[in-house]
Amino acid sequence: MSAVTTGTRLAARGSTHRMRRAALRRRFAANAAAMALAAVLIVWSITPIYNMVMVSLEAEGDVFGEHIWPPKPSLDGFWVVITQGHWYLEYFWHQFGNSLYIGAMTTILTLFIGSLTSFSVGRMRVRHGRLVINAALLTYVIPATFLAIPFYLIMQHYGLANNPWSVIAANVAFATPYAIFIFLEYGRSIPIELDESARIDGATPSQVYLRIYLPLMAPALVAVGTYALLLAWNEFLYQFLLLSSKSSMTVPVALAQFLNSDEAPWNYMMATAIVYAVPPVVIYYAFRRRMAAGLTMGGVKG
Amino acid sequence: MDSTSVLDIGHRARRRTRSRYWRGGLRGSEYAWAIAFLVPYAGVFLAFVAYPVLYGLWMGSEASLYSELLSDPIYLSTVVNTLLYLAIGVNLKMFLALLLSGFFMRPGWWMKALLLIYVLPWAVPALPTFISIHWMLNGDWGLLNNALYALFHIQGPSWLGERWLALGSAIISHIWKWMPFWTVILLAGRMAIPMEIRDAAKVDGATGLHSFVHISFPLLANLYLICTLLSTIFTLGDFNSVTFVTGGGPANTTHVLATLGIRDAFDISQPRLGVAAVMSALPLMIPLVILLMRKLRTTEVQL
Repeated sequence: MSAVTTGTRLAARGSTHRMRRAALRRRFAANAAAMALAAVLIVWSITPIYNMVMVSLEAEGDVFGEHIWPPKPSLDGFWVVITQGHWYLEYFWHQFGNSLYIGAMTTILTLFIGSLTSFSVGRMRVRHGRLVINAALLTYVIPATFLAIPFYLIMQHYGLANNPWSVIAANVAFATPYAIFIFLEYGRSIPIELDESARIDGATPSQVYLRIYLPLMAPALVAVGTYALLLAWNEFLYQFLLLSSKSSMTVPVALAQFLNSDEAPWNYMMATAIVYAVPPVVIYYAFRRRMAAGLTMGGVKG
Repeated sequence: MDSTSVLDIGHRARRRTRSRYWRGGLRGSEYAWAIAFLVPYAGVFLAFVAYPVLYGLWMGSEASLYSELLSDPIYLSTVVNTLLYLAIGVNLKMFLALLLSGFFMRPGWWMKALLLIYVLPWAVPALPTFISIHWMLNGDWGLLNNALYALFHIQGPSWLGERWLALGSAIISHIWKWMPFWTVILLAGRMAIPMEIRDAAKVDGATGLHSFVHISFPLLANLYLICTLLSTIFTLGDFNSVTFVTGGGPANTTHVLATLGIRDAFDISQPRLGVAAVMSALPLMIPLVILLMRKLRTTEVQL
């Protein structure tokens, strides 16, 4: 009798042991699958960027070789870009400056116009504010590409052809709606009592905006500013259409110019591409947390 | 446009109890200030959005332009390409993003590190990477065929030399660029699902597929729908992928409406025809925009 119970008890212990082992095996299999998927995702994400780096390190003749790593890697391509040592690159730093200028102006104007609008609509609740929100919403859902042709013709009318301000105007027009939404959302987390007490003390709306609203909106301003800067730096079509002379064009337009020639120096082109791509990537990773924190907080805290 | 989408639960109830606006309305000169604060945006909107829209509508209002378009074989193949681009590009991208956002919910530091690598395609400007992909897909000396040969001794095709391969390459490139963005948005949506709901489901024994079908998906469905609608519109306006990966080639067979419009307006100097090509997307655009604006206005989803 006792032998039987011991036997069943032993069997039971064996089965829990087996179950635990099965669970372990299942977790191991899940981890292995996750690792495999991770490997696939890394290869998928990195390959075009790896190709860019590889070509930029190649010597001129090796570009057309059949290899997956340059036979004699060299930083020559980067040196040529930095010293503007090729006729495609004779204005490189000037064009880099153009990109920076357009980015900076877009950022400042987007923040300024967006915050003023959201202050008026969100805090002061001006009558018919809804109309402004709808205009912004409409702009947000129209693809910028679709307006490029009439925009180009209108800029010719305005006499802004080949002028960086035409590009800045386009960028601001398309970045401000997003800024307004984020500011409205984030502004809800700032107590209205602060505005009220300032009003009782006799502050004008412009003082409330400058002294109370803007300082408290700082996280949202950083987030949206980063967004506007990256948008302006990365945008291509409007810059390509609106800026045509070598001294007014920006880096991406200059980059696309390489493609026009039959014997494009691909190693220099990829080196240019990397020099152009590094600043936004650094800014993105540096501000990633702040962008996310500022924005989700605006959404969650309501 | 970072991880900003948030499902706001219990938000409405709070709003009703506390005023969020200036009490007693605007007094005296405050009204003038409020209007003055709106002037810059109103100016930007009227001059750089409303005017181009109206100008474009006027440019594309001639009926003869559309009969000219319809008799153009390039335009007809462009319409087919655009529909394929939307049907495959948007849905494949969004569905994979939905699945991957679940994958990235796994705990651990290495998942966070992986996410940083995974968002790289989105963080790098479009132009350099698309040019790189264009070069990578070259049949004779591109990295892809070199790697295929080195690893498997397969002679890869000329990816950009044939219409369907080239169109497929452009679609894949578009997905490569934009999938990380939507994954991050959907990931934020998943994170906003209260832990209690997921814990309760786990206690009740819901795992894997069950938890996805009965918990995550119903809560994410609205966000997923809005993201899909927005992505459709953004994809319709995507100029860079096709321009730099295939250049519309071979022989103008892989254009989409966005690139054909620019090509007609600037390469063959017929701006009206270009506007008409773009405007022929309106029958698709208008219902999408109306649906989307209604959705965005009534739900608490913030992109």
